[in-house]
Amino acid sequence: MRSYLYEYELVSPPNLAEALALMAREPGAWKPFAGGTDLMVLLEAGKLPHKKFFSLWHLRELKGIRISPEAVTLGALTTYTEVLRHPVLQQEFPLLWRAAAETGGVATQNRGTLGGNIANASPAADSPPALLVYDAELELVSARGSRWVPYHGFHTGYKQMDLRSDELIRSLRLPRVTRSRKHYYRKVGARKAQAISKVVFAGVAELEGDVVRDIRIAVGSVAPTVLRCVRTESVLRGHKVNPATIAGAQAALAGEIAPIDDIRSTMSYRRRVSLNLLEDFLQSCLDSKR
Amino acid sequence: MPDDGRKVSVACTVNGREHTLRVHPLARLLDVLREELHLTGSKEGCGEGECGACSVLINGELVNSCLVPALQVDGARITTIEGIAPAEALHAVQDAFIEAGGAQCGICTPGMIVAAVNLLERVPEPTEEDIRVGLAGNLCRCTGYTKIFEAVVRACRQTRPQVKA
Repeated sequence: MRSYLYEYELVSPPNLAEALALMAREPGAWKPFAGGTDLMVLLEAGKLPHKKFFSLWHLRELKGIRISPEAVTLGALTTYTEVLRHPVLQQEFPLLWRAAAETGGVATQNRGTLGGNIANASPAADSPPALLVYDAELELVSARGSRWVPYHGFHTGYKQMDLRSDELIRSLRLPRVTRSRKHYYRKVGARKAQAISKVVFAGVAELEGDVVRDIRIAVGSVAPTVLRCVRTESVLRGHKVNPATIAGAQAALAGEIAPIDDIRSTMSYRRRVSLNLLEDFLQSCLDSKR
Repeated sequence: MPDDGRKVSVACTVNGREHTLRVHPLARLLDVLREELHLTGSKEGCGEGECGACSVLINGELVNSCLVPALQVDGARITTIEGIAPAEALHAVQDAFIEAGGAQCGICTPGMIVAAVNLLERVPEPTEEDIRVGLAGNLCRCTGYTKIFEAVVRACRQTRPQVKA
């Protein structure tokens, strides 16, 4: 059933300082509202428990993509469309670009934001696996100041985050890497477009011949949070990619993920597909054409 | 009774006309267009951003109007299906939908045409893949999509005769 609108509030602080002051005055009372692609769905379905929101959409302080020699910094309000239109992101962070391309259709890509995707904290979200394998950091701001935290570890449990009640995600930073890397992204859903993932897999690896020098793996929809698979990475780091190490890595991954049966898929399908995607990723590392 | 004190003023331009509306800040743009401005061309299909029947343009960008709160269009320029072509004329995409048989029951058609117009503005000579991606957010349960894609190809051929199908 639809929500009764007059139980809800949406206010529009004129700038970031006023937004942070609002959060500081009544910690936990006001929650941020970005492009609305998740919150409006919940509101319409009568499933939006929180009642007081402030709009971020017009806040310039949360917008824009800045490039420095060391890093790319994206405002939390960066939309998927803005990711898709940025040549440096397409070139150097292709998994984030792919995630943006596979999120919803054009209309959703125009309104959905990276900060919103993170703060909505769905374990099935499309961009977090890419952000995890690129060692993203988040800038969290409050009236008290700002702090940078690694994105890895930010999600502490299902829909839980290391975010204080007066804090807001202002920006994301991706360190630029000039060394040649293999990038791999697969979103598995019920259909090609407009799907929510059954499994979403991101991997990035540096190889010397067939030896893994460094590797990052993150998988979505297989645990209470999007999961950086550090145990699987450590099994592979420093080793040759061959059938034995692939099998060992698959065993590590099977122990690391904790998929469940739900409306979109089953535990066993998600487990099987995750292990298959790991193998496909590692095979692709050996194939110079992929 | 609704608490009118929670309403806010939202000034926006819709199909070239300026409006100042008194609406709840979380009212869906779709409802504001249909119920306040009586622009009923934008349809409600799913109400959750999956089907594209409510597609409109905000400052030239395609959106699902069921997912946009009214507060966020303050200062914006909105184009609905009613504003795609001037007065009684039809846009080339609308003509092409008629000629190709791209409409059957008609519920998806306004959103499909708004999305197709937006696609051709961004990508004047789309490949078949561009058309599929550009319309991926618009669902049709009648046509099987083939005639819709034909209509888009026909529309860009009409405006750009050099394009090969």
